[in-house]
Amino acid sequence: MTTLKLNINGEDITVVAEPRESLADILRERLSLTGTHLGCEHGACGACTVDVDGKATRACLILGVMAEGRRVSTIEGLRDDPIMAILRRHFHENHALQCGFCTSGMLVMARELLKHSTDMQETDVREGMAGQICRCTGYAGIVRAILEAAREMRNANLSASLLDL
Amino acid sequence: MKPAPFDYVRPRSLEEAVRVLADAGEDVLALAGGQSLLPLLALRMASVRMLVDIGRLGALRQVEDGGDNVVIGAAVTHAEIEDGRVPDPGRGLMKRVAARIAYRAIRNQGTIGGSVAMADPAADWPACLIALEAKARIVGPKGSRMVPVADLIQDIYTTSLARDELIVAFEIPRLDARVKTGLAKVARKTGAFAMSLAIAVVDDGPRAVRVVLAGAGSRAVRLPMTSDVMQSSTLPESVLRDAIGRDLAQSMDATDDYAIRLHSAVVLRAIAEARSK
Repeated sequence: MTTLKLNINGEDITVVAEPRESLADILRERLSLTGTHLGCEHGACGACTVDVDGKATRACLILGVMAEGRRVSTIEGLRDDPIMAILRRHFHENHALQCGFCTSGMLVMARELLKHSTDMQETDVREGMAGQICRCTGYAGIVRAILEAAREMRNANLSASLLDL
Repeated sequence: MKPAPFDYVRPRSLEEAVRVLADAGEDVLALAGGQSLLPLLALRMASVRMLVDIGRLGALRQVEDGGDNVVIGAAVTHAEIEDGRVPDPGRGLMKRVAARIAYRAIRNQGTIGGSVAMADPAADWPACLIALEAKARIVGPKGSRMVPVADLIQDIYTTSLARDELIVAFEIPRLDARVKTGLAKVARKTGAFAMSLAIAVVDDGPRAVRVVLAGAGSRAVRLPMTSDVMQSSTLPESVLRDAIGRDLAQSMDATDDYAIRLHSAVVLRAIAEARSK
């Protein structure tokens, strides 16, 4: 066991864990942040995607010890994020989820795409989201939701730099 | 799946990292972005007694633009190359290769040095760096050495790195201003490892044509016969196909009809793209 100093959702946290524990395991099992879901546990499904230092990252492919000195945001910590608010609304309106297992990872990844650019076509969304797997086959709604969120941000002239993200 | 228990150390300097690796003995591996190594450990296809985290070492993050040569640190990520945050000696080729590796969430953490050290036969960077004639700068307890990436990778998941040696950076010659490059990749889905990946570099000043193929054998290789016939600017496709067929017979582990058609098509696409520029 080792003592880790992590920054999760803006809070400095000390947690005792084994070096082999992934960030996802620490979030879920030691910190009860169960909004981060674990599907495949080897980087293929994207369910566990979180934000590490402003970059979408598979929480199953980064050890908790590797996250020391970095800022981690989970779906819980992005509650008041302005892009997330827009995405949540369009996911709701487009029925972009069914069981919800993949949704937190989908939202974190979609937020990164929108931070990068709001000028996107369907192909860009499909390629950008290709690493996020939905087993309810709800991709049509997800793609539509992200395109609509991008359009709303474009129309309102919102970009990541204006939002100070 | 969870990996079996291991120890973890995060050295503060390159010298300390090399010392830790040299003193630690067997079953110790360097960890950079972890995007290939951690899944292998989780699936228990690999096991390790200790991981030495080199991902944040300043010495592995350095970038130098020397005009004719660009040095890119081994711990630079695929996303940093994709976004043009480091110079691209391939005149756009490296950015394109980076953008098609796995998924963005993987590219945000995975590193160019990790990709080469892992030496997956279908990986993108070994093929690209061989096509660019890049050399790896390697540091160990006895000092440093330079090795062409084409010689560093010896076989499937096998390099000439000793267990206490690290790739620090790649020295990459800048392509000629009039160069033409082509890239073709076939994967089962966006983000999956390539079933076949070809890169063609043509008209690179005085340097010979390089057509490099990954996914066909145990490592990415420059196809010698294909590259040589390409020196001639007017060339019937039948001659090219014949040369590709002879190269494939040399480099492929198993020659079945589908694989030959797949690799031939991918090589021809990369060449056609380079020639169309």
